[in-house]
Amino acid sequence: MTTLVIAEHDGRQIKGATLNTLAAAQKLGADIHLLIAGSSLGDLAQAATQISGVAQVLVADADHLKDELAENLAAQILAIAGGYDAIVFPGTTSGKNTAPRVAAKLDVQQISDIISVEAPDTFKRPMYAGNVIAKVKTADTKRVLTVRTTAFDPIAATGGSATITTLTPAAAVTKSRFAGRELAKSERPELTAAKIIVSGGRGMGSAEAFKLLEPLADKLGAAMGASRAAVDAGYVPNDWQVGQTGKIVAPQLYIAVGISGAIQHLAGMKDSKVIVAINKDADAPIFGVADYGLVADLFQAVPELVAKL
Amino acid sequence: MKILVPVKRVVDYNVKVRVKADHSDVEVANVKFSMNPFDEIAVEEAVRLKEKGAATEVIAVSAGVTQSQETLRSALAIGADGAILIATDVKLEPLAVAKLLKAVVDKEAPKLVILGKQAIDDDANQTGQMLAALLDWPQATFASKVEISGDTVRVTREIDGGSETLELDLPAIVTTDLRLNEPRYATLPNIMKAKKKPLETLKPEDLGVDVAPRLTLLEATDPPERAAGIKVADVAALVDKLKNEAKVL
Repeated sequence: MTTLVIAEHDGRQIKGATLNTLAAAQKLGADIHLLIAGSSLGDLAQAATQISGVAQVLVADADHLKDELAENLAAQILAIAGGYDAIVFPGTTSGKNTAPRVAAKLDVQQISDIISVEAPDTFKRPMYAGNVIAKVKTADTKRVLTVRTTAFDPIAATGGSATITTLTPAAAVTKSRFAGRELAKSERPELTAAKIIVSGGRGMGSAEAFKLLEPLADKLGAAMGASRAAVDAGYVPNDWQVGQTGKIVAPQLYIAVGISGAIQHLAGMKDSKVIVAINKDADAPIFGVADYGLVADLFQAVPELVAKL
Repeated sequence: MKILVPVKRVVDYNVKVRVKADHSDVEVANVKFSMNPFDEIAVEEAVRLKEKGAATEVIAVSAGVTQSQETLRSALAIGADGAILIATDVKLEPLAVAKLLKAVVDKEAPKLVILGKQAIDDDANQTGQMLAALLDWPQATFASKVEISGDTVRVTREIDGGSETLELDLPAIVTTDLRLNEPRYATLPNIMKAKKKPLETLKPEDLGVDVAPRLTLLEATDPPERAAGIKVADVAALVDKLKNEAKVL
């Protein structure tokens, strides 16, 4: 019984989502191997051996593994899949992209976005934009899982003493080619890793008005997010979207400004520790999940909040 | 070039679903069903590619209960040329759907399959990638831009923290994200025309696919309620609560 976890990294460090995924994998009760696939990985594998609870770090280092193409990453995983009872991915865009490719090749019905491990073959997962929690049991002997990372507390990044195994890279698949990447450059923390998030909705009214939230985010060292309504209205880029079809977040503090609280948005943030809502509509559904609600005109309340912090 | 667009009949996105009193499943009796919104974007994209001259034919396909015919008629009203229903009462899982679609691809020989990135009922986000794996085709998921040139397709896709661009050899699989396009409203004349377009019905057995489920739904429950908190009088009270009660500042 061994579990394979697929590490999320940026070539320089292991990303936080990996630690949450390992926490979920630990609940399966088997030894854990962590796969790091990429190119020019350098010290990354050595650092990964320190993560608590990992027995073995597997390293696949090749040029064609550099850009996380699903075809190549899946081929690398499939080359070693025979030795594992469970293959566990973080529920990130990369994990979601690759996991089903692995599952289909193994003839396994994947279970997406698990939020709890009830037994090694039984899991809970959200459906219908988080409005329903399903408890499902699989009849497949092998399991392919993606993990809703916000549902599991990360394991410690230190204290481990894993061994390193170097894998032979699987043959390159050349039917897809990487042509470029545009990552939003921001001084602010990444949305899914932030401790505090300031989010705006349609109530902001315009892209210019949305900038009102920047001083608040700056003062709190917060990431900035948005509801789907604000993204659809073109106020902010798509990758700011928090919700069932966007980012799922669970920060210590989530400040929702001018957000009414559509189900799809709540599904993406309701696991936040403390939720603050500022909205002039006292009946907005967001107040139903907010720990602290302030019924006020955001254009007055936000600058006042910045001044008082 | 032929494009295949799989579409799924799901509970309409405006319906607030409820779990059954015995927690055995979700209550779907007497609720409105519609085409999965991401699939609507997929149909729209395929039709636009045809209108631009990059494709010659758009075929919609759906697997599920007989009423999925209505979903296919919606796709035909947007502009698909023909439709295929794989009729079954079995509750289909993504792997089974991917196997059915592979059989349809083998039969229809499209150069491109465009799917929604996920269905808003099971939220699995698997079928497109699984189909790509079964066909050994390249994939570009979560697409926000699709451009065909010759034997390749260039796709900009949404990733955590930004976007990236991939170039795939055709045949290929693309799954849609929200920003790809805004689907048109079907006009009445087009809805009438859709009724006359060809709709072929098959069964999983015709395609030689075993669709038996692998998962058992043991229980469906409401998500844990988050208790509503309090309303604060003003900004000063809010700051005080955050500092002294919640201790998050």
